[in-house]
Parts: sequence; C-alpha cells; structure tokens
Amino acid sequence: MKLTAKILKKPIASTLIAVFFGFIVAAVILLVAGYHPGQAFSALFHGIFARPKYISNVIIKATPIILTGLSVAFAFQTGLFNIGAEGQYIAGAVSAVLVGVKLNLPPLLQIPAVVLAGVLGGTLFGWVVGYLKAKFGIHEVITSIMLNWIGLYLSNFVVASSAYHMPNSTSSYPVNESSFTMLLPNWKTSDAGMAALKQHKWLYDVMLKTDVNFGFLIAVLMAAFIWYLLYRSTKGYELRAVGFNRDAAEFAGINVNRNIVDAMVIAGALSGLAGALAITGTAPHSISTLAAFENNGFNGLSVALIAGSSPVGCIFAGLLFGGLLYGGQSVQQDVGAPTEIINIMIGTIVFFVALTKVIPVLAEKLEKRGAAHVQ
Amino acid sequence: MEVSTEYAVQMHGITKRFGSFCALDHVNLDVKKGSIHAVLGENGAGKSTLMNILYGLYQADSGEVYLNGKKTAIKNPNIAIEHGIGMVHQHFMLVDNFTVTQNIILGNEVTGKFGIIDTKKAREKVLEIVKKYGLEVDPDAKIEDISVGMQQRVEILKALYRGADLLILDEPTAVLIPQEIDELIGIMRSLISDGKTIIIITHKLKEIKASSEVCTIIRRGQYIDTVSVADVDEEQLATKMVGHAVQLVVDKTPAKPGDVIFEIDHLTVKDERGLDSVRDLSLKIRRGEILGIAGIDGNGQKELVEAITCLARAQSGTIKINGAEIQNTTPRNVIDHKVSTIHEDRQRRGLVLPFTVAENAVIEKYRTPEFSTHGKIDRTKMSLFTHKLIEDYDVRPAGCENQPVRGLSGGNQQKVIIAREISNEPDLLIAVQPTRGLDVGAVEYVHKMLVRERDAGRAVLLISLELDEVMNVADTIGIIYAGTIVDSFPQGQVDENTIGLLMAGGKLNETDSQNP
Repeated sequence: MKLTAKILKKPIASTLIAVFFGFIVAAVILLVAGYHPGQAFSALFHGIFARPKYISNVIIKATPIILTGLSVAFAFQTGLFNIGAEGQYIAGAVSAVLVGVKLNLPPLLQIPAVVLAGVLGGTLFGWVVGYLKAKFGIHEVITSIMLNWIGLYLSNFVVASSAYHMPNSTSSYPVNESSFTMLLPNWKTSDAGMAALKQHKWLYDVMLKTDVNFGFLIAVLMAAFIWYLLYRSTKGYELRAVGFNRDAAEFAGINVNRNIVDAMVIAGALSGLAGALAITGTAPHSISTLAAFENNGFNGLSVALIAGSSPVGCIFAGLLFGGLLYGGQSVQQDVGAPTEIINIMIGTIVFFVALTKVIPVLAEKLEKRGAAHVQ
Repeated sequence: MEVSTEYAVQMHGITKRFGSFCALDHVNLDVKKGSIHAVLGENGAGKSTLMNILYGLYQADSGEVYLNGKKTAIKNPNIAIEHGIGMVHQHFMLVDNFTVTQNIILGNEVTGKFGIIDTKKAREKVLEIVKKYGLEVDPDAKIEDISVGMQQRVEILKALYRGADLLILDEPTAVLIPQEIDELIGIMRSLISDGKTIIIITHKLKEIKASSEVCTIIRRGQYIDTVSVADVDEEQLATKMVGHAVQLVVDKTPAKPGDVIFEIDHLTVKDERGLDSVRDLSLKIRRGEILGIAGIDGNGQKELVEAITCLARAQSGTIKINGAEIQNTTPRNVIDHKVSTIHEDRQRRGLVLPFTVAENAVIEKYRTPEFSTHGKIDRTKMSLFTHKLIEDYDVRPAGCENQPVRGLSGGNQQKVIIAREISNEPDLLIAVQPTRGLDVGAVEYVHKMLVRERDAGRAVLLISLELDEVMNVADTIGIIYAGTIVDSFPQGQVDENTIGLLMAGGKLNETDSQNP
C-alpha cells in the first residue's frame, strides 16, 4: 500500500493514468459509434510508428506545439495564463514571412534574421499583454484573447496585401529558399543526394518524403534552456517567486511589474519562435488566409497541461500530442472513424490530467489508511 | 466520572484520529450546569477539535457524549443546535452589509404570509434577548459599522436566538481590548445567572483566572487535568498547559538606548479607499531600544508598516533611517538601508509557500555574490546557508532546507522568517504581530529573540494587537489611535487600563497623564 501510494504521488504516474483513461473513454466512444476499438487503436499506432516517415512526421507535427507548450508552461510557472500562444505563434509566422520574402541573404545570415524576426513578432505580442497587466492591471487572459484575433486578421491582411499575396492562391509568397531550415534541403533533392539516400531505405523515406528539419532540435534545446532559466538562474527565481506569491515577492524587494512583463515577453518569444520555425522548416513556407485558428497555440495549452507545466515534460507531451494528431489521420483512413474521435480522446486525456490533481490526494489517503492499519 | 444530570456536557474517552495523527486521545470533559468552564491548551493541542466534536462538525472515533446526563449522538451541527448548543467561532460568521437583526435571524427567519420576513417581529424578538442579558447592541446598525466587540455580541445573540443553553466561545478575547474583555466577562456572568452554561476555549491564562470556575487542560491531544481555577495560579496553569515551566514575563535587562537611528516625522498615508489612515504620525527609535505600538486593529498600523516598507505611498512627512530618507522609494531600497521586517501575514507577505525553506531564506539575498554569480544561483551555498540558519534557530524538522516551507508548522514558518530577517543584520528590525497564532513556547522564543537583537544594538519596532505583548516586551510603549501616536510611556510607568482607554480613543485627564 505504501509503495502504491509512493508511486501514485509522482506527477508522471498521474499523467500516465490520465492517458490510459483517455484511451478507455475513446474506446467506449468508438464502440458506441460502431467501430472496433482494437482496430482503431492498431491503426493509430500503425499510423505513428509503422514507417520512419510517419515517425518523422510526428516529430515535425510536434515541434511547434512543444514550443507553444513551453510558452504556456513557462507562463504557468510564473503565475500567468498565456492563452495568447495562438496569437503569438501567428505573429511569429507573419513576421518571419514579412522578412523572409523580402530579404535574401546567404543562409547563415538569412536563417537567423528570419527566425529572429519571428521571435520578435511573438515577443511584441507577449510584451503588450505583460505591459498592460503590469501597468493597468488588465488580466492577461482578456488581452491575449483579443490579440489572438488581432493576430489572425493581421495575418490575413498580410496575405491579402499586394506586396505579399501570391497571385491565384490564398497564400502569401513563400519565404526565400535561403531561409529554409530543413536538413540539407538542396543536397537531398540533387542527383547525388538522391543516389546516396537510396542506399538507405529509411533515410530516403525520412529525408525526401518529409520536411525533416532542425526545429525539433531547437525545441529540445529551448526546453532545456527554459528549465535552466526557471530553476537555476536568479531571473527564474524572481519569476517564480512573483508567480507563486506576488505579495511576498514584492515585500522582499523583487520588482513585480518588471517580472510580469519579462515573463510574458519570454512566453511570447517562445510562441513566436514556434511560428517562425514552422515557416522556415515546413512546406509551404508561407502563410495562408485563415478562416479559423490553426490551434498551434491552443494545442500548446493542452501540451502544457499534460506536461504539468514541466519544461522537459513538454517535449514528451508534445510528441504524444503530435502522435495523436498525426496518427489520428490513419484512424480515419483505415477504419473510417471520424478524426473527431481522436479529438475526443485528446480532450479526454486533458480532462483527466486536470482531474489528476486528485490522485496525489487519493495517494495520501491510501497512505494514511495503511498507517492506520499498522497501528 | 459518573454520568449525572448535574452536568450540561460530559465527554468521556473521546479519541479522534486524522490519518495517523492522533488529535485527541481519550479526553474527558465534564461541564457543570450553570458554570463557566475553560478549556486550556496551546495551539494544536486539540481543544478546537474537541469542541467541533461537541458541535457535531467532527465525529469522534471512540468515546461518548452525554448532554444533561443522556447519551447523545451529535452527528451534525443541526443536532447540536436542537440540543441547545451554540458556538461562537473565533472568526465571526457575519454578513457585513446586513443589519444586526438580519444577521441574527439569518437562516431562522420569522416569516409572515407568503414567506415574507416579518422584520418587525424579528426585531422585537432580538430586542427582548438584548434586554434580558444586557447585551447592548443596536439592532438596526450594519455589521460593517460596529466594533469588533459589538460583532461578537451579535454572534452570541445569534446563538441565544436559536435557543442555546450551552455556549461555546472559541478564543473570544483574541480581538478585544481590555475594556471589552471586562464587558464580555460581565455578559458571561449574566448569562450563567440565567442558567446558561458556557465553555470558553482559550490559551490566555489571565482571562481564565478572571472568568472561569473550572478549567480543563489539554496538551497534544492528551487530557492533563481538570482544576478548580481558584486553587491554582497562572504559572501552574501555564506549566500544565506546556508541560514544563515557562516564563510568562519576558526576562530582560533595562534598555541601554543609543542614538536615534530611525525617525518618522509627520507622516501621512492614505489607505486603499483614499482616506488618511496614518495622520501626522511621528516617532523615534534609538539603537538598543524596543518601541512597542499598541492599538486596536485598523488604526493605521497596517498602512504605517506599508509606508515604511515602501509598499504604500507617503502623502507627506519623512521616514529616515540613519539619516537617509527612504519614504516613497522601493522595497528593495528599504532592505538595502538595513531595515528588515517580520510581516504580520507570514503566508501572504512573508513566505512563498511552494518554495523550499532555502529558497525562502534567501529571498532578499539571492542576488548577492554570496548566492549567485552571473545570474546563476548557487544552490549548494543556498542550502548550506539555510542549513546553518535551521540549526541556529532550531527550526523543525531539522535538515528541512530543501523541503517546501508549506509543510512546516506555523511556529516553524515564523522561525524561518525571523532567522532570515535577523540574518540580514538590520539596523531596524520591524516585527508586526510576530507571535500571532504561535503557542506559548514559540511566543517565549520570539520575545527572547527581539530582546536579543535589541541587546545587539538594533532598533526594534514591535507592532502588536496583543496588549500584553507590547507591555511585556517593549521598552517604550506608544499607543496608536486613528492613525497617530496619541501618547507614549516608558515601560512600567503605565497600566493596562490607561492604555486601553487611549487605544479606544479616550483622553486622559491632565493629572492622569504620566508623560507630558
């Protein structure tokens, strides 16, 4: 009983239980809808793991939501609810396109310039939210939801503008090729590259059939960086102190307002980075007219929740989420079940993760009951 | 003890466990009808748990409760109320913008046709009880407009209105000034002369002596003794409560004050509503001196501290430490000028609860080269530093530096704050309500620390709502009323009643004044 309690107290245990229950509920729904859950799940796993290409696509799909997840998780750790990751992501993508289409430098200069532009776009959105909160006490949820829409229409405005609109399409021009962050983008499509890749079946699959890019590596590095920032630096100490107890932080001489702005700026930068890397790393390397949100930021909310706001946890939560999103398509293709089933499953997992706050409490009860028996 | 109808309440062999923690272990309580019975114990001794069982809020794991000689199962507060038990909680349960009458009848309204409240009838009924027991209170006043002492009367009226014969008063004097305490004791007397029975929960010995006939002592969930109050003195009660001899009077040598190092001159501060809550306040503190400020809550103490620590703006006036003006700067500047503050609200202002003890211990120092270089925190140094503080200040559990401070008991949390503030080696140490919610042993410890720091040549500003604390610890006693220091006296040259009068806004006759 003690051991069970101990294991249950670990946050990862709660999360795994939540994921498990998510699958169970999805199975029930599949059954009710007249599909075979076993077949659906096997299609799902097949769609995630069966081919190197699939795995690669899952990672590509996971990259932006790991970063927006980090953005949300970081904000959580500093006491802020960054529901504006969506808008910051869009701001990042738009800024990257604004610069990447017009600028054409050698890749070594071009890539940093384009990515930095995206980061700055997200930063600006984050700063507005932080500044309004620090200066006027306006709640970040209000302002960031408004900025999400501003981001959406800003994006559509840029797509429609004559300088960026690609004729006969619903998109902007793609950014110049020198901005691309795929792995060896030119070599792999050259004859020599093709020939070399043909030697290795799976490399060929991954390199040529997917937009394998550096984004994931950067996302992992950012997760490590955010962990260090939060838990090993004086800045992170301040940010967390303000997040946990603003009154005590203020009383101890920490500048609360500056830290609120800083926290939103960093959160915005992370989401902006996600947007920029999506532009530089994956086709079509452009922004399109948006009728609705693409959810790269909102999915980050779920990722952060599943990860329990742990920066490193965001990598795994992002991969899980990416896997479900990508593998879910196979469920539709192979079994004919609607992708909504996958969305329900994701929703259920997030719901159960939210519920798992209960599990450590239950564990404590279990422990006490055990102790009472000993007496 | 035998069960008899002579007793209003008999609780025998009450045991209550919370998980593996035994809050009450075979505790007995026998309360004679028509008496005032005190239940004495430190914080966490189990006295509130015992009362909550009597009131039906908790169920005992074993043991019996007899009311008027009859075994009774009190499964919930409604049953308790049916049996004529009324409870006045330490924190009042009143609706601020309702009138006295509305609060008293709340949940038990007198209704006429169509369920409409018959205000007139209700008011008459309330007035009847008011008259009967001499509980003077205006039935039409709003709760937010009456004093805390009056609010307490409303709580008692509420219980009486519901037909209580047995009143449980939980720490009733915590919020009252001496005069109000005397009045409360008067009310209690008039209630028992009418045949009511009163149980008073407290850790204040003086009040037990003044009010009660019998006292039951509980220590760490164990039943210790039941004594006739007339036969014991305060020291004996304290020893029974704590388990070892305690010093009730703070042991200190006369102050050897040095130069004035802290000076407030004509300070005015507005509160959140824009009203002057500190008005034209001036004070001075010397090195090696403890200035105690006594006053009723809400007379500007909070805003005074906020102005000194730069959380609130000073409208006018100056605050000087070592000659430097610090008003309207930043909290960090104040700390840098060697002012350290033990805040009254340790969980809101004093500690970041999810942080570890070590993280809390360096909250004013994490940026110094001692704990960080180039923006990187040295967690090892932080732990070592805290480990030593924990040892020096006997924070328990030992070696808790990397545990969340949330897990510590209130007394140990306070020790962490005190250790941290003193480790800043301040010139001025401000202690606001430093012993609030602490048990007798911890109170003694905090007072000792304040005196020790005074003797180390620091200026100490003690602001407390506990008059005894100010009178015992301070070298100079200032009384704050309506935002200004109305008078001040050297320790020992003023009595409780004089201070009580000044705290309530009264004026001394010229001839009474002991300090020109």
